[in-house]
Amino acid sequence: MAFVNWLKRHLVVIAGLFTLGYLLLPNVVVTVFSFNNPKGRFNYEWQEFSTDAWTDPCGVADLCGSLSLSLQIALWATLGATILGAMIAFALVRYRFRARGAVNSLIFLPMAMPEVVMAASLLTLFLNMGVQLGFWTILIAHIMFCLSFVVTAVKARVMSMDPRLEEAARDLYAGPLQTFLRITLPIAAPGIAAGALLAFALSFDDFIITNFNAGSTVTFPMFVWGSAQRGTPVQINVIGTAMFLVAVLLVLASMVISSRRTRQKA
Amino acid sequence: MTTTNSSGDVRLSGISKTYGSFTAVHPLDLTVPQGSFFALLGASGCGKTTTLRMIAGLEEPTSGTVSLGDQDVTRLPPYKRPVNTVFQSYALFPHLDIFENVAFGLRRRGIKSVKKQVEEMLDLVQLGEQARKKPHQLSGGQQQRVAVARALINHPEVLLLDEPLGALDLKLRRQMQLELKRIQTEVGITFVHVTHDQEEAMTMADTVAVMNAGRVEQLGAPADLYENPRTTFVANFLGTSNLIEAEVDTRSGAEIVLKAGGGKLTLPSERCSAPTTTGGKVLVGVRPEKISLTHADDAGEIPDGRNRVTGRIADASFTGVSTQYVIDSPAGAELAVYVQNVDRDTRLAPGAEVVLHWSPAHTFGLDASQDIEAGVEKVEEETS
Repeated sequence: MAFVNWLKRHLVVIAGLFTLGYLLLPNVVVTVFSFNNPKGRFNYEWQEFSTDAWTDPCGVADLCGSLSLSLQIALWATLGATILGAMIAFALVRYRFRARGAVNSLIFLPMAMPEVVMAASLLTLFLNMGVQLGFWTILIAHIMFCLSFVVTAVKARVMSMDPRLEEAARDLYAGPLQTFLRITLPIAAPGIAAGALLAFALSFDDFIITNFNAGSTVTFPMFVWGSAQRGTPVQINVIGTAMFLVAVLLVLASMVISSRRTRQKA
Repeated sequence: MTTTNSSGDVRLSGISKTYGSFTAVHPLDLTVPQGSFFALLGASGCGKTTTLRMIAGLEEPTSGTVSLGDQDVTRLPPYKRPVNTVFQSYALFPHLDIFENVAFGLRRRGIKSVKKQVEEMLDLVQLGEQARKKPHQLSGGQQQRVAVARALINHPEVLLLDEPLGALDLKLRRQMQLELKRIQTEVGITFVHVTHDQEEAMTMADTVAVMNAGRVEQLGAPADLYENPRTTFVANFLGTSNLIEAEVDTRSGAEIVLKAGGGKLTLPSERCSAPTTTGGKVLVGVRPEKISLTHADDAGEIPDGRNRVTGRIADASFTGVSTQYVIDSPAGAELAVYVQNVDRDTRLAPGAEVVLHWSPAHTFGLDASQDIEAGVEKVEEETS
């Protein structure tokens, strides 16, 4: 009876812990196996503890090359999609123009369309135009599918923005440029940042569209896919764990900064 | 600050604004003297906010010009006008703290050392302690004061206030009315205040312009508007008026005698804004607090020369300071009478026959061709 009562009181916590475990278990496995010393070419069975892979993360041919390429593409794609997407979002919210409704719904199409279909059509497009497949075709494709996400994130923020704030700035001697830089942009920044993070994650991670349009270029997801056929080097787990750690650190840092800010104000 | 120098007057000449086929403001001439506290009063959608925004430069007039003193500012963008606005719901910059909000205008004009000025201004509005807080951490009344400080620190020639107290509760609103009035007297800047609250306009402003459907109905000092309304809209929108339909009987020099509900009423002709011809119709108006109420049994005690109307009390509500009666009379249904509770006559209860009487000097006459109900305050709360 006491146990049932205890269970009743802590049910939410227990359910929460289970969900968290469910979410984090894959990451734990990735991390643990980054310290494995596999016997064969496949890193699927635990053998013994080793830090070999951590001390030599670039020890596998082409791994670090593909990683750096993926990072570069992700950065440029994020930059391009964020700038274009933010401008589209402002235009859609602020201005009444012909075909605004159509643009508003068309912008969601890349999110709804199956990725494989989009990848195949893009390839058709590039081939018909006679474009050399490689870095640029990957970048163009990534900017394209990241755009809708950026537009959605920024639009929500701009829509909730009081137009009187900009009027107030203009009333207080700020010209159009000053008003944009000091009022509009800082207030829209959280939406833009959210869109940019999303774009980075999507671009870095993308396999299907990239695989169709890469030509002979190999990005990190393509490298992992390719090596999985022949054997998985432990270094892949090292890269995965490192990325996970970087993300966690970024989240922690932003939490610390925001809590310090609120404490200062109080 | 009294000044006869008119170089800082706000002058609107023939200014109008149309949106497509809708005319928000009909061509309008208005002069706001330098250093005055001027109120634009009207119900929502009457064009008062549009007029204010045209002075600020946030709205471009369809026709006409806006001048500040000798300078024509009609084509100047808002950031080049020596005018600042306190916006409805304040529009404080959410990402800047109170100090930076107030310093915003100074910094944009390239003033480097703003600390002293900002601190002085925050002290003026009693917010010196809150300088490093963000707007959302302040109460409504404090946010309102920040908005005032942010505008005033620029020493504008004119301060525009767009329903600045609309979001505050009643008690705080009364307090802020006095506060704003104090600040205005202290700094001597011209204030143009837009409001739908007639009491607020009368308490604060030196001059009130009553607007209705894009036109100024009447302009004047609060007491003048209240005592001598010239349209039914002004009579009903500013306070309460009893309007009785009457027929012109005779005119003798300074007095007009009218027939209403079987009796006769006298009206000083200088208090009649309507053209009067014998046999023509006029609306006779009198404010509820100017009327005295006497029980029908004591009708003989009423001095001669007063306007009289007989009636029966339909309803009486005791409000402490006064008792408000609703009286049905042959002259008009539902006449309102406010009687101060000095000596209460217990016979004055619903159903009692009474005589309403008042001095002819408190009577005003209006053109009978107008809507008698114009400007009567509806129950729903106005917001803009």
